[in-house]
This record gives sequence, C-alpha cells and structure tokens, in this order.
Amino acid sequence: MASHHHFSVIKGSKVLMVGAGGIGCELLKTLALSGFQDIHIIDMDTIEVSNLNRQFLFRQSHVGQSKARVARDAVLKFRPEISITPYHANVKDPNFDVDFYKQFNVVLNGLDNLDARRHVNRLCLAADVPLVESGTTGFLGQVTVHVKGKTECYECQPKPAPKTYPVCTITSTPSKFVHCIVWAKELLFAKLFGDKNQENDLNVRSGDAASSSNHVEDVFERRNDEDIDQYGRRIYDHVFGYNIEMALSNEETWKNRNRPKPIYIRDSLHDEPTQQNGNVEKNGGTNDPSSVSAMASLGMKNPQDIWSLKENSKIFLEALKLFFLKREKEVGNLTFDKDDQLAVEFVTAAANIRATSFGIPLHSLFEAKGIAGNIVHAVATTNAIIAGLIVIEAIKVLQNDTKRYRMTYCLEHPSRKMLLMPVEPFEPNKSCYVCSETPLLLEINTHRSKLSEIIEKIVKPKLGMSAPIIMHGAEVLYETGDDLDEDLLASYAAKVDKVLSELNSPITGGSMLTVSDLYQELRCSINIKHREEFDEEKEPDGMVLSGWSQASSVENDGDKSVDHNAGSTSESLTVETEKDSEAEIVSGKKRKLSEVSEDVTPSDAQEIRANKKLEVLDEDDDIVMLDGGDFGISKKKIQSHP
Amino acid sequence: MDGEELTEQETALYDRQIRVWGADAQRRLSKAHILVYGMKGTVAEFCKNIVLAGVGSLTLVDDRVATEESLAANFLIPPDENVYGGKTLAELCCDSLKDFNPMVRVLVEKGDLLSFGVDFYSKFDVVVVCCSSLATKKLINDKCRKLSKRVAFYTVDCKDSCGEIFVDLQLHRYSKKKLEETIECELNYSSFEEAISVPWRTLPRRASKVYFAMRVLESFEEAEGRKPGEISADDLPCVLKLKKELCESQSLNESHIPDGLLERLVTNGREFPPVCAIIGGILGQEVIKAISGKGDPLKNFFFFDAMDGKGVIEDVSSSNTGS
Repeated sequence: MASHHHFSVIKGSKVLMVGAGGIGCELLKTLALSGFQDIHIIDMDTIEVSNLNRQFLFRQSHVGQSKARVARDAVLKFRPEISITPYHANVKDPNFDVDFYKQFNVVLNGLDNLDARRHVNRLCLAADVPLVESGTTGFLGQVTVHVKGKTECYECQPKPAPKTYPVCTITSTPSKFVHCIVWAKELLFAKLFGDKNQENDLNVRSGDAASSSNHVEDVFERRNDEDIDQYGRRIYDHVFGYNIEMALSNEETWKNRNRPKPIYIRDSLHDEPTQQNGNVEKNGGTNDPSSVSAMASLGMKNPQDIWSLKENSKIFLEALKLFFLKREKEVGNLTFDKDDQLAVEFVTAAANIRATSFGIPLHSLFEAKGIAGNIVHAVATTNAIIAGLIVIEAIKVLQNDTKRYRMTYCLEHPSRKMLLMPVEPFEPNKSCYVCSETPLLLEINTHRSKLSEIIEKIVKPKLGMSAPIIMHGAEVLYETGDDLDEDLLASYAAKVDKVLSELNSPITGGSMLTVSDLYQELRCSINIKHREEFDEEKEPDGMVLSGWSQASSVENDGDKSVDHNAGSTSESLTVETEKDSEAEIVSGKKRKLSEVSEDVTPSDAQEIRANKKLEVLDEDDDIVMLDGGDFGISKKKIQSHP
Repeated sequence: MDGEELTEQETALYDRQIRVWGADAQRRLSKAHILVYGMKGTVAEFCKNIVLAGVGSLTLVDDRVATEESLAANFLIPPDENVYGGKTLAELCCDSLKDFNPMVRVLVEKGDLLSFGVDFYSKFDVVVVCCSSLATKKLINDKCRKLSKRVAFYTVDCKDSCGEIFVDLQLHRYSKKKLEETIECELNYSSFEEAISVPWRTLPRRASKVYFAMRVLESFEEAEGRKPGEISADDLPCVLKLKKELCESQSLNESHIPDGLLERLVTNGREFPPVCAIIGGILGQEVIKAISGKGDPLKNFFFFDAMDGKGVIEDVSSSNTGS
C-alpha cells in the first residue's frame, strides 16, 4: 500500500478540502500524516463550544475564530513543512469558480448540507476534477467517489428532502411532540418575536378564522396600558386556552380524535401569586443579551429534567418577559436559533404546554433543543473512520486506479460480519439532469403561471441554482448579476411578471427553456408541457417537474379529510436541517444486481439492498431525536433520570 | 443510575455525543480509567478519541524515546528535535493529549509493563496494548483476568494497509435497544491465549486472511526472539517457510494466507495513517460500548485491509466460552 509510486502521487498532488468541521478536522490531520503537501481548505464557519467534543484541532480559546484558519495552524504544529491554504469563506462564493477548481487533482467534501454538496458536485463536473464525498451521523457514515463519466455524480440519485408537515397537523391536530415544537418555533415564536409583516399560520385553526380575523390581528399586539406580566398571561390564555376552545367548536375534527384540553393560566398557576414569579435580577449580573435565561431566573438547572405543566408555564411567562425586558431591541427581528438559550427555553415550554393540551408526552429542554434545532448527533470516532476512508479513496483517485474505487458504508450493526462495507460505485445515471444533460419535463398551466413562479418554485429550490440565466431559444428571459444595467433589469422584471403564454415569444406546450447557472457551469433544458389543472393537496406548486427526483418526505398524518387550511399561507411547514451538523445520509440504494460490486455475490447484493440499516439511514435523515439510533438512547431512560 | 448529574459545562461540551449514547453512558465514561501501552499512530488516534469522549483518566505507558520513525503516523508528537529530544513517547503524547479536553486527567506511568503487578491493573477499567510480543499480550491479559473486577482487555496492531483489534471483555452484560424495548444481553469472551489456540481448520472457510497472517508474524517474532515489529524484507523467505509449516500442522490450505499479503506486512510493517484513523476509531467506539454497557460490542477480532476496504468482525472463541 505504502509503495513509492503511492508516495510520489501523494506528494505531487494538490487537494481541495471543503469543510473544516467534524470530518474536516480528522481529514486534514490524516492527509497531513499521509504525506499530502499542498492542501487548500474552505470553511465559512467559526468555532462553537459544541464542536469541541469532536473537532479536536480546536480549543476553548478558539471559540469564535475561523475553523479553516485554526485547523491549519493546529496541523502545521505537527507537520510544519507542508502547505495549507485556508479560506474563511462560503464555498458558494463566486471566487471559487471553475478555474479555481481546475487547479486541484481531487476535491474532498466534509460538508453539512445538501445545498453546498450539490454546488461542489456541479463545479467538480464542470472542472472535470474527481470528488470524494462523505457524511456521518452518530455511528453511521459513508464515503462515495464521483468521477465524471466513470461513476455516478452526487446528484444521480434522489436525495431526501427536508421533512415537512401539513399545516393543519401543526395548527390543529398535532399528534407527536415534534408537531408541537414546529408550532412553537415556526408559528408562535415567529409571531411574538419575529418579523410582524411575515405571513403566519398561527391563527388558522378553524373554518371561521376569516370572520374572527380582525379580532385575532389585535391579540398579539401589546396594549398601551398593559404591563408585561399581563401581556404574557393574555397571550398564554389566548394560544393555549381560547384557540383550543375555538378548535374544539369544530366538532367534525374530533370525531375520530381525542379532544384537546384548553389550558388557562388560572388553572396551571392556580396557587401562585399573580405577581411576577421569576427573579429577573438573577440575570442582572451580565449585560450580554445572549446569556439571558428564564431557567436561571427561576433557579432551574438541569436541562435533562422534564418540567411539570406549572414549571413550563412559569418558564413560558418568564422567557416572554425576558425577551421584552432584556432583549427588546431584537424583538421583531428574531428567528429561532438553537444556540439562543432563551429562545430554546421559550419554545420548549410552549411546546410542552401544547403537548399537555393534546395528551402528548412532554420532553426535557435537552431533547426539545435537539428536535427544534434538528441537531444531528455526532461523535469523534465515526468522523475519524470516515476521514481515513476518504484518504484511501483519494489515493486511488490520484493513482487513477478506477477498478478499485469503492463506496464505503460505516455501519452500527454488522452486515455479513462487516462494520465497514465497501460497494463498487455505480455508473452515471444516464438520465441525470446534472451530469448527462437529459432534458427535464415541466408540466405547467402556461395560461396562468408566470415565469417568476418557475424561478421561485423550480429553478432556485429544486435545481439548486443561485444565479440562473433562463433562455427561450435565443432570447434571454431572465438573469442575475451585479453588472447588469437598469434598463435590462427592468425588462427582465417585466418578463418575469408575465403569464408564460403572453410573453413576446409565448411559452406554450412544446416550448423548451434553457436554464444555466453562471457559477456552477450547469446547463439544463426544460421541456414545457401544458396542463390545465393541478391537485392542490398533492401538487401544491401548481406545476410538476419530472426527470428531477427528490424523495418526498411530507408526513402523512393519515387523515386527509380534515381541511383546516382556509386562508393558509403555505401548504406545509419545512423543518430546516441544522447548519453545523456533519451529516447527510446514505440514500437508499435500489439498483440492479449487475451493478453491485464484483466482490459481492448476487445473494450478498440482495442482502445489501434489503439491509434494514441502509433503509433506516434513509429515513432518519432529518429528525434525529425521534427515533434515536439502536445504540440505546432510550428516551425513557433519559426521562426517568432521578 | 448513580444519580450524579453532569455539570453544565459537561452538558455543553458533550451535547452532540449525549444525543448519541445518552447521559447515563456519559456519566459512566467520566468515571472510567484507561491504561494504554505502546504510543504508535493507532494508539494516538485511540487516545484522542477517548479523551474527546470524556473518560475519567487515561494513563500512558511507553518509556521509549522518540525517533524519526515514531513520529511518522503520530500527530501527538511535535517533529522538532528540540522539543522531543530526551522525552519518552508517553510524556510527549501526554503533553498533547492534555490539551484536547481539560476535563480528562492524562497521566504517564514509568516502567516496564511486564513489571507491574496485578494490583496495578486493578486501578483500571480498560487496558489497551499495542506493538507487544505474543508473550506480553498473554501475560497482561492473564493479569486482567485474575482481578475480582472486570478489566476489559484489548490488543491493537496496524501494519501497512492492515489493522487488527482483539477484544476480551470476559463476561460482559449490557443492554441494547430492540425495536421499542431495551433488552439485557450477556456475552462470554475467550482470553487471547484461548482464542489463538482455536484450531485453524475449525474456523469458517471465509475467515479473514489477515487473522492468519498476523498469527504467522507473531509466531515468527517469538521463535526468532525478535522485538515486536522487528522484521524486514530479508526475513520473508523464513516467514513463508513458517507459514507453510503452520498451515501443514493446522491442516489449513495455504491459499488462506496469500504470500503477497505476508510480503506486504513483512516488507512494509510501518503504519499507514488512514488505517490508524480507522482502527483507532473502531477501537474508540468499542471501548465506549464496553464502558457504557450499551450496544453490541464486537466479539472478538476486528480486521481492516485497505486493499479490499472491508472492515470485518471474526469470532474466534474457544468452545468452552461458546461462540
């Protein structure tokens, strides 16, 4: 393995690492030890305390500093003679263009999100540079090799989409704790502390919402003569009491469900004085708004404890008060952040009170934070193993040892005695719109839809383009860029706002659009097919793209007959994945037998495909805490902790 | 369990891993004491993992002084002779490891592993030995087994593209999650000596070739009175001859130990850093499982070969411990 040929290939190579987080730290160390001499590393993040348990190149004293730079300095301490070039920047920055990528022999990804992975995949294809891709979560991980024309690209197979929930489940009929969390975070928190102008489904709860909308609008405004305690209690009674009563009035909904219980402050805090129950002064020692905590002012310490209804109610009122007293300037601009202690406290308490109403088991702050922040659990060992596997693949790529390329899965439970399972990479998907130039098909009502809808619903979110240029034949319909003159921008704005069939050169069934992205050097064709009607439930975009595949993960709550969406602003609520996680998971592998590794006999291959673990991997991508790994996070255990 | 709560500082630092193994396991880790011998690259990787995980203490034993070679796969030693000159490998690694996690005590124990009495081993919950002779492995394993408390014993070795881990947890009781329930399990392990005495012909036909190759090298070093790893290309003919003899006496087809594999291990016995990371990672996970009593531990050998990329578990247990 460690032959002379091998060393000369390593020494002469120039590699790009994207990501200096959990996998990145391990990877940079292993590359340096293996003899790599010229390493470039991009990461836009700064170091946080929760990184330190695994990102071993970082220390407490580095918190707040650039990951890429600190990682470089740490590795130079044991390998001072090599060259490491750090970039504290976003990998999507236009400076990292095709020419930038072309200088490297191989690109190694240690990323945490789908968007950046797709971007790097496209640039690697455009620059014709091999890519080694990776991901971990808990004890699970994977490494894959993507070489243009030889193996599949990162986007040849569908990727799991972020989990979404139907709005009615969240606003009216929650059945799981995560539904309460989404309600507390996306609706209530946003309503009280976020941008007031943003549309919000909080008040959509029953058929008569429209008639009471005027009343509802006022409820969340603090009245002039109202002190903060009164305000908090009024909000409490409105969202946990009145709103539930309103929902109960719609008998149809509760025919086959347990009826929720309205909760009023007089019941949950009946033996408490009406005066303030917390001690705001306990937070007085510091002026740093980020350290304000309702738990601290109420003298509660253990984030693993599950609070009673009374404790949740106190935290709710205290957190709400602290936002208005200590962080007044931020109110109106806040969005939920898992690292914001007060926000996590508020959301935990609100979700628990709502869960009490609906008879759903309560959760600790620690657990609620994991669900709300979509925190992907991570350990050092898996990252170290995955980094080792990345370097082994990178060396094969540098040696152009095509036949020995492998995708490797790191499993928690052995499959056929293997904990590390190599599988031969798959050939490029011939109908992949990213690497094969196969046209996509868009079904759309060309008499009703506008170009802007295609851009906002298809081109940006689904095709992952950030700077698209759209052409119809030779005519440019739309482009973005800083250097465009105003007349041009105005003409684009006019075109974008027109119905497709009413454009100067109308877009109708049979038309073909060409969409390209300047920075990604990706170009694809979209064939247009006219269709009159779309199912509002199943096809909420009002258009359907095919030839592009993404695993659907809209949760089915098993009751489509209940429609509480009157006046709804969105069809589903999306739970975003945490930013600093390493993971993005093994996609389900359902391929032809002939495509599976030569090392693996056909019966083995079936085992691989039938392997439960891989399927579980697929499903567990986003919501992590719900069904924790088999390793034994028994929720009961955490809960019954003395 | 013991009711002691994790501190706020611990909860913040270990947040992501508590989400993997739970607060219970984290508390057990913080009370565990680990001993390692042989500060090679693989052990450096293991130590990093276990210090980050937050064990109670880690004691390093290795009185050898640093050389060019000992730096090769070990990121814990600064390559500056002014720094490493005159210090032992254990001292150098200790200096670096202390920095990784201020909540873990990292210590150095001077002296020869073989000279430590049984009492010394009773201070630990886990003992890991690397680059040790066959006799040393057997002896330390025996000392661990003589104690009234269970001391988990591991050996680890990496050569060229290959790595091996051996595990002896004696009688191990643990819990694991099966569907919605948590079930209690029990495993009985063989000692190193018992395991390697299992006749080769009784092992599964597709047993890892690395297992046999490592036993051949072990026997060679013992027969020739070599130090662990003291072997070179010149020895290849003798090693191949020994392989032939062993295969004959064990009634094993020689094709189970390819000459090419032995040649790689003999001519390039140095550690390959990516393999150190992989083996050190697996070992770290296994030690965490043993301490926490959560999840199926591997029984009782693990092999990785970068040539085929497989990481395989083999159960080589004597019949009286059951397999």
